[in-house]
Amino acid sequence: MGWRGGSELIAAALALSLGVGGAAMAGPPERVVSINLCTDQFALLLAAPGQLVSVTHVAADPRVSAMAAAAEGLQLNRAHAEEVHALAPDLVLAGPWTSGYTVALLRRLGIAVAVIPDVRGLDDVPEALRATGAALGRDAAATAMADTYAADLAALRTAADAGRQPRAAIHNPNNYTSGAGSMADQILTLAGLANVAAEVGIEGGGWLALESMVMLAPDLVISAEPYPGASRAEEVLRHPAAQALAGPGRRAALADSDWVCGTPHVLRAATRLRDATATAAP
Amino acid sequence: MRDHPVLMSVLLALVIALFAASLLVGPAGIAPMQALSALLRGDGTAEALVMREIRLPRALLAVMIGASLGLAGAAMQGYLRNPLAEPGLIGVSGSAALGAVIALQTGLAASFALGLPLAALTGAALAVGLLLALAGPRGGSLTLILAGIAVSALAGALTALVLNLSPNPFAAAEIVFWMMGSLVDRSMTHVWLALPLMAVGWVLLAGLGRGLDALTLGEDAAETLGIPLGRLRLMLVAGTACVVGAGTAVAGAIGFVGLVVPHILRPFVGARPSALLPASALGGAVMLLAADVAVRLVLPDRDLKLGVVTALVGAPLFLHLIYRTRAEGL
Repeated sequence: MGWRGGSELIAAALALSLGVGGAAMAGPPERVVSINLCTDQFALLLAAPGQLVSVTHVAADPRVSAMAAAAEGLQLNRAHAEEVHALAPDLVLAGPWTSGYTVALLRRLGIAVAVIPDVRGLDDVPEALRATGAALGRDAAATAMADTYAADLAALRTAADAGRQPRAAIHNPNNYTSGAGSMADQILTLAGLANVAAEVGIEGGGWLALESMVMLAPDLVISAEPYPGASRAEEVLRHPAAQALAGPGRRAALADSDWVCGTPHVLRAATRLRDATATAAP
Repeated sequence: MRDHPVLMSVLLALVIALFAASLLVGPAGIAPMQALSALLRGDGTAEALVMREIRLPRALLAVMIGASLGLAGAAMQGYLRNPLAEPGLIGVSGSAALGAVIALQTGLAASFALGLPLAALTGAALAVGLLLALAGPRGGSLTLILAGIAVSALAGALTALVLNLSPNPFAAAEIVFWMMGSLVDRSMTHVWLALPLMAVGWVLLAGLGRGLDALTLGEDAAETLGIPLGRLRLMLVAGTACVVGAGTAVAGAIGFVGLVVPHILRPFVGARPSALLPASALGGAVMLLAADVAVRLVLPDRDLKLGVVTALVGAPLFLHLIYRTRAEGL
């Protein structure tokens, strides 16, 4: 039950950060604005009907947001202090990577800002859920969701096949990859795959040169769907050498919006990847 | 080759040595003999894939684009009789990049095979035509450089605007690629895309030698020698646009090669433009191959831009040339 103490601490910190407007502390916030793609999704999962006023414009983009449909009908913001202030929120949800200037400015304007902790791995998801729940005054819903998630995660871990692990490479635009310890790496492990980037000592995010990836000869290459319009960054995903890796005997898989943020949807990503590799195994 | 056998042999040997180095340097760490045999075998192994699909096109493009920039620099300097004329500095490469970016973001590049290099060629041709018209037949330094600054700034701003308007979130981050150039992860597709127009440009520029030699005596003397100046100018514009357009379309704008190379080689060929053209072509290939090997040695996994290296060499030389031009009273 240690987490309950944690959520009380967050609530206390939140109350302190309010600074002005003691009335707002009386009950749960009524007009919540989220200014970070990941806190958008936590808020969409947990907020009471009508409580969430606005999320960022990327939350409505199905390429990166697992909850794009849920974001429909909400006002979309671009995380600028001025437009957020104009929405007259009594609480703003931000991520740890949100611009410090924006957060400081909002607080100076007398708006409470709750910074939801970063989700670095599968085990951090419940804490972020509970922190969001505490900020929104939705502790019960958050606890229920966190418990379900923890149970699902434990079940998937038990089911994970410890036998032959196909080797996968995560190939993002600009040859960016996710190495050992990253959320994507943990999703691969949960899906019964081994991450080739971890083999060459990449920890967290990092660059894996195209020719290094070719030499590692992964069984599976995981890339994201390209955006419309052209970019050199994504051109490398269609480089003949990368395409050859996805050729006969090898497969490609798509990383979608479920991978982007550490929401409970990461389990959906792992399940889908596990099923795809299991059914198509050579 | 006939006129300066020693110089040309040395340059050719350097091109071959650096081409080999370019094939052998890379993060995959394939042993040299294994790498060369994989290149020749071309079977489906990982080594063969790395050599044929990643390193070979990169080395080929360095030779092609380096030679193009060296040739274009020597030709422009010969025509304008001004050592400061260089496609990158006077905005021709930047305008080619603008053409390329427009083609990529509007979908023109995807709609037909040569759409990308032709759009870049159009950008380059407009810039070089405008600059020659502004600088006049004698190519006054001040006009040329000022017009070049204006064209560069405009092309750079419009390139940034087009990339910022793109629906692709990665596009805006690539402004630096279009302004500094890189050969990372190019493929044989890019080689075939650039080669046809480049070959046309090489033929056009190589044919300028006699006319540029005559022009060293002045326009009147050249005309008495039967050199049609209008045609010479047209060939220069078309040739420069072809080579710079095709090169920039696949590798971004790489500056200073066309400035440094003719400057270094000029004393060796007795300042004769007809001899400087082929020497600069080889010299340009040497410089770009060396720069592209250098970026891989300095930061193996990261995409350090070629323009960073060429500018580190070229910008001090450019300052030196301006100082000398100033001493000569413009």
